[in-house]
Amino acid sequence: MARIFAATGLAALTATLTMGTAFAQTEITWWHAMGGELGTKLEEIVAGYNASQDEYTVTPVYKGTYTETMTGAIAAFRANEQPHIVQVFEVGTGTMMAAEGAIYPVYELMADTGQDFDPEGFLPAVVGYYTDTNGNMLSMPFNSSTPILYYNKDVFEKAGLDPETAPKTWGELESFANTIMESGAAECGFSSGWISWVQLENFSAWHNQPIGTLENGFGGLETEMTVNGPVQVKHWENMKRWQDEGLFQYGGPGGGADSAPKFYAQECAMYMNSSASRAGVLANASDFEVGFGMLPYYDDVEGAPQNSIIGGATLWVLQGHADEEYAGVADFFSYLSSPEVQADWHQFSGYLPITQAAYDLGQEQGYYAANPGSDVAIKQITLNAPTANSKGLRFGNYVQIRSIIDEEFEQLLAGSKDAQGALDALVERGNALIRDFEAANK
Amino acid sequence: MQTKRVVFSNRGLPYALLAPQLAITFVFFLWPAGQAIWQSFLREDAFGLKTSFVGVENYLRLLREPDYLNSLSVTGVFAVSTTVLSMGLALLLAAAADRMIRSRDAYTTLLVWPYAVAPAVAGVLWWFMFNPTIGIMSYLLEQLGYDWNHRLSGTDAMIMVVIVAAWKQISYNFLFFLAGLQSIPHSLSEAAAIDGAGPVKRFFTVVLPLLSPTTFFLMVVNIVYAMFDTFGIIHATTEGGPSQATNILVYKVFEDGFIGLNLGSSAAQSVILMVIVIGLTVIQFRFVERRVAY
Repeated sequence: MARIFAATGLAALTATLTMGTAFAQTEITWWHAMGGELGTKLEEIVAGYNASQDEYTVTPVYKGTYTETMTGAIAAFRANEQPHIVQVFEVGTGTMMAAEGAIYPVYELMADTGQDFDPEGFLPAVVGYYTDTNGNMLSMPFNSSTPILYYNKDVFEKAGLDPETAPKTWGELESFANTIMESGAAECGFSSGWISWVQLENFSAWHNQPIGTLENGFGGLETEMTVNGPVQVKHWENMKRWQDEGLFQYGGPGGGADSAPKFYAQECAMYMNSSASRAGVLANASDFEVGFGMLPYYDDVEGAPQNSIIGGATLWVLQGHADEEYAGVADFFSYLSSPEVQADWHQFSGYLPITQAAYDLGQEQGYYAANPGSDVAIKQITLNAPTANSKGLRFGNYVQIRSIIDEEFEQLLAGSKDAQGALDALVERGNALIRDFEAANK
Repeated sequence: MQTKRVVFSNRGLPYALLAPQLAITFVFFLWPAGQAIWQSFLREDAFGLKTSFVGVENYLRLLREPDYLNSLSVTGVFAVSTTVLSMGLALLLAAAADRMIRSRDAYTTLLVWPYAVAPAVAGVLWWFMFNPTIGIMSYLLEQLGYDWNHRLSGTDAMIMVVIVAAWKQISYNFLFFLAGLQSIPHSLSEAAAIDGAGPVKRFFTVVLPLLSPTTFFLMVVNIVYAMFDTFGIIHATTEGGPSQATNILVYKVFEDGFIGLNLGSSAAQSVILMVIVIGLTVIQFRFVERRVAY
């Protein structure tokens, strides 16, 4: 009996093996964090690549949130089970960059595999975040976005405001919000996703205030955070006051899961979040017209508005695979950054076009003219040439520092700390983590 | 009691029979525990590329870290409140159900249900009911004039996770208390009743002391449950927040190790946790058990 089983098993195994060789394609795994509409689109792009050639098969695997994807990939690397490509969010950049033996820098990969690759074709505001000190691109930008302001045109009209004018400054935003609430058009002025990213990091860059020493950490691991400056303190004080007055409603830590529903339900008239929320906002704002604007600024701060910084994620290649598989990765990257694929992805999702060619293609197609507001993000990020304060930021252990920012903001809102106290504590706790990272990566 | 002595004809057989259990203990307990102890003396980057031996520095750091000390006290508050609440309610329900004659089984069945709910699901369930915007509980509390917001208020968040954790454990405690109550001979209560003791007095002077073995056992189980098995509840609801207000030790181990990728500190924390549990068990069995009347 056992022998018969063994024989059938062997036959089946041989059959599988032969079939395998008949369709020998190099398999490439890509771990990503794109759920919902974006995930479907991503799979569509990959399917397009797999159909375009028959040498390689890319398999996208959804691994949950950004944090889960990154920590999952690192755990997999330690167990020698790493994927070829992993999508890592911008705050993980410091950690990935320091892991020299674990990553295969994109500029090296492209050179080693002889791909036609022009780093100059990428938008400087985007790639600047992901290059080493010599200007080499370490990871492949895929989805980069920047926070913008969404507002409810119908509510603006009901409140007697001009629906075509978004508030430019925080002062205007406050008076608009007051008008809206007094008129009863909506019960709250604004809400915001990603407090850490929007109301602290981008806020600092937009007002040309340093986030950390040594060019926001680009200059080395010895950096220290400096977000407890007077401009940031003033803004957080206002946020607390606006919350007490009902102008601002907090949407929770991290991405701020409760903030978008407040905007969709027309509870809050304005909403700040990633330009990549565009697809979701338009899909959910079925009962009202959405307007788009740049982030507000304080007009009494010198140098504001500067330019905003990006968020989103890039694709990192991990070490430990065969050369022919890397050839496939490089080929796939070329496909991904081609103007057609990029323009399609950018126009669908609201992420920034990562190459000049993709932006130009969109203009040729008349996309921006037909979709007002779709170029707010790119205009905002390229508003001025980036300064040392607005190029981005690069700190180790930043994933945890992001949680600290949320925690201190919550303490501020709960009234257990004032703005100065919360930001001072944030800087102190953040610096301790940066020192840890420095010690572990020396 | 007589000890039975079994003589095996083959010398190797007893070892062979023990081997599977020993292998499981080694693979799933001793080996990982040993790894954790070793890891707690190292400092390592996330990818494991650079490792250096730092001795007890990871431990010293923890004792200086305000977040860790906070987590210790949070865990204490959480474990004690959960244990008291869930055991108290379970005893009340068990005493009530014990007085029923025909409906007792029906009540027992109904009360056991929450135990079948996975911790994460239980967490999400209550999270919805207490949601500051749409939750029914927060709505009711608002009618009573209390502004419930577990997103910002650490006290509210703590109350909520204690309720969830206790609610899930009531079934378990209830079953044990009910079995305990049923095993107490009726003659004792009846004798006390003849002597003129009222129901309340009977409960506290006759029933409760006789229940003490059950109570003691449940206390150990509940504290261990609150400290270790509630990870799912915290993860699905507050994620340790707001501002570390519900960051219990187990969750902090996970957060620092798996999110923060600070494996040295995370390993040191789990070693401390291991010591705490060993200590708790020893204290409870050594000192508390002696005073328990069996």
